[in-house]
Amino acid sequence: MTTPLYRQLGLTDGEFAHIPTLIGRAPTDAELAMFSLMWSEHCSYKHSRRLLRRFPTEGPHVLQGPGENAGAVDVGDGWAIALKIESHNHPSAVEPFEGAATGVGGIVRDILALGARPIALLDSLRFGSLESARSRHLFTRAVAGIGHYGNCIGVPTVGGEVAFDDRYEDSCLVNAMCIGLVRADGILRAAAFGEGNLLVLIGNRTGRDGIGGASILASAELSSDDADKRPSVQVSDPFTERKLMDCCLELAADSAFLALQDLGAAGLTSAACEMAAKGGVGLEIDLDQIPLREGGMAAAEILVSESQERMLGLVAPETLDHVLATCSRWELDASVIGTVTTTGNFTARHHGAIVVDIPASALTDDAPAYDVPRTPASAPTPLELDHIPAPDDLQAAWAELLARPNLASKRWIYQQYDHLVGANTIRRPGGDAAVVRIPGMKRALAITTDCAERHCELDPRGGGRASVFEAARNIACTGALPLAASDCLNFANPEKASTGWRLAEVIEGMSEALEAIAVPVVSGNVSLYNESPERAIYPTPVVGMIGLLDDAGSSVGHALASEGDLVIVLGGGIARLDASEWIGAAHGAPALPNLDGEAALIGFMVSAAREGLWCSAHDISGGGIAITLAESALAGGIGCMVTLPEDRRPDEVLFGESGERIVATCRPTALARLTALAGDVPITVIGSVGGDSVDVHLGGATIRLDLEIARVAYEATLPEAVA
Amino acid sequence: MVAVVRFPGSLDHESAVRAVRGVGGEATYAWHADPQLPDGTRAVIIPGGFSYGDHLRPGAIASRSPIMDAVRRHADAGGLVLGICNGFQVLCEAGLLPGVLRTNATTSFVCRQVELEVLDHDTPFTRELGAAISVPIKNHDGAWFGDPHHARIVFSYGPENPLGSVASAAGVASARGNVLGLMPHPEEAVDPLLGSTDGLGLFAALVRA
Repeated sequence: MTTPLYRQLGLTDGEFAHIPTLIGRAPTDAELAMFSLMWSEHCSYKHSRRLLRRFPTEGPHVLQGPGENAGAVDVGDGWAIALKIESHNHPSAVEPFEGAATGVGGIVRDILALGARPIALLDSLRFGSLESARSRHLFTRAVAGIGHYGNCIGVPTVGGEVAFDDRYEDSCLVNAMCIGLVRADGILRAAAFGEGNLLVLIGNRTGRDGIGGASILASAELSSDDADKRPSVQVSDPFTERKLMDCCLELAADSAFLALQDLGAAGLTSAACEMAAKGGVGLEIDLDQIPLREGGMAAAEILVSESQERMLGLVAPETLDHVLATCSRWELDASVIGTVTTTGNFTARHHGAIVVDIPASALTDDAPAYDVPRTPASAPTPLELDHIPAPDDLQAAWAELLARPNLASKRWIYQQYDHLVGANTIRRPGGDAAVVRIPGMKRALAITTDCAERHCELDPRGGGRASVFEAARNIACTGALPLAASDCLNFANPEKASTGWRLAEVIEGMSEALEAIAVPVVSGNVSLYNESPERAIYPTPVVGMIGLLDDAGSSVGHALASEGDLVIVLGGGIARLDASEWIGAAHGAPALPNLDGEAALIGFMVSAAREGLWCSAHDISGGGIAITLAESALAGGIGCMVTLPEDRRPDEVLFGESGERIVATCRPTALARLTALAGDVPITVIGSVGGDSVDVHLGGATIRLDLEIARVAYEATLPEAVA
Repeated sequence: MVAVVRFPGSLDHESAVRAVRGVGGEATYAWHADPQLPDGTRAVIIPGGFSYGDHLRPGAIASRSPIMDAVRRHADAGGLVLGICNGFQVLCEAGLLPGVLRTNATTSFVCRQVELEVLDHDTPFTRELGAAISVPIKNHDGAWFGDPHHARIVFSYGPENPLGSVASAAGVASARGNVLGLMPHPEEAVDPLLGSTDGLGLFAALVRA
């Protein structure tokens, strides 16, 4: 017996049975294809929608919260910043170059859909160990794809992060974040309105690439026959994307669009249905007007093609000639493909016959929503240090840790990305957060992506908090005030109760932390089913965060600056080896992040930065204080001498991790003012800047990292691993 | 007036305009499809980017645009033309500068700060530059290949040769010195906030032309 079509398309028996109750009859093949995509996890968030309501989404700066193509916040002087992070995991696992490249293209168009000019990109990546040939291939090709696309469209890739762990061997993660600039009173929305207004499809021709991308690829587990899914991966054309950006921004500046929408997952189906459902109107679409890349495409194929570099604009009839002329000047195809009606139905004609006629809301608002099953995991067990041998040679251990792929220099990656185009990048990749001048303003943005996935695996509530706070500390280390967040929740199969519980707990922990620092989530994305029969990924809730600096010239870097500066540890976090990079796996029970302590530390960093008191600041994260000091010294080309307490085992003191800790430096004259400002935030002077090594005095011994020797090992790891 | 040429896929035109205005000059755009440069054009910048998506070869399609005939006439009359990155590639493809730009020795895109040695201070562009300048490079096909004995090499990388160009060349000029192309980006070295102001002198020279 053959599998019925609806099941091949990814619908369940129950979902298929529900369709006739919504449309009053059995669906046509084209309609069935549309339902299968719109009701896929990727488009409908059916397993996560109810949980996502927990996130705080409101704040005085929020101009656009979740629900549109991207969120947006007010940054003053009449300007707004649009932001969103999104996954392109499954396509990248099947074809890493095109998968990662089109991931960049998709997030850029989400920002463009608000009428915003994209000004910065970041990428959060996870791969299996670099000892695996497959992971090396995925990693190097994904980096090449990101560079190919981002460089060619002229949006700087200013930051991001990468980690390698066996748990991502079968399901790599490729998340891309984009930031855009738009007039606060010029933010475009996707809702269609006004009977007789016209839908204009702009950009690439529609082909057979990317058919079923959202359902077949993005909403199912990967398996050994993934090569067969290669036709579901889209093909990138960044040159057309750049022209599309230039053209759409010119038209947006002319107020030529009444609404604008990106064609992403589920292609025209998703773009048009969302426009109709949001506006409470109908749309009548003539598929024969769509420029096609090849002949003989069926209606269903045209409706769900995920061909890239296409935008759908809503245009008043009297503006049409201007829109078409502008598109022609940019050498872009543009066609009127439909009109707004009052029926509330999505209607499509093909070769003169009506092939689709269903309420737009049936595909969007009436999509199924499920509660995920939840079975709590047992509480994690703290590491028993008695069972873990302490390193004999701490100096050698320090050098070895610094050169591990997760901690070593990421220069090999970011040197392949144009991180400068636009001439606004103030703090380049390699520090805590990138700092980008807001074009035309005195202000600047700090931008970061972060996640504490091993912590999430052991304690999802605590890990959710830790992911948010790490992002916020990275923002605060530049002196910027955390302003808004976008999240990309990468999880395994949510229909399994252990994953469902982790998803709910992570969202709870993230929400608690976001509330503690008054940062709203304004956009986001969910990527589920990141697992194979052999492995599931760690819960990986990547937090993209932006912060605002009132004076672009006042940002703080992570590099040690001048001889004689004091080295200070801030915050109340207590270093532990549980889930640390030194242990190298998700073992132990990391401490639950303290909401009040983290919020106070972040507030203190920002207020002292506003007074210009910091010479440098660097968050203590992977590898502990030993790695933090090494990174700051290598970046500054100058060393330091510090004394650390000997209250615990030396490897715990040096390499232990926690939230709520920052290493900062200041001029000696600033210390009194800092102490007065610190309030309840613990601050401890541990040493001073100087010399050409990092010298740590610990328990009567001196452990030394020579900077020139360390730099060679630190820089060599990634180039050698991929050579 | 400095005219900054804009092709489909140009990326650094706005930075070039900002650099010209930053030294007190006037700048305007010249559209690729126009047969004439804007009235009052005294100098031309062909900016960086991926004109025509680097299809065929970097700069190949742009070099055959209508505006390039006007740029050629401008250069023949002794007017100043500065090509940056993709603009350098366009000028080589157009035959206004000697040599070609080949794929980097790394076979990858390279974005980083570099030190340039100024070898030739006798061009109209370089009279006020110091002996060495710090500017960023960011390209995939930036290895100049040509005859170093019959080309006027104005800038060289040093001490290392990051892209693998012949004679470590980073920029070359026409025999008369009025057409200059370079792979590094002086327009991204005009603001202390972004780390270097070593590119200012080049734009000051254009504005005085």
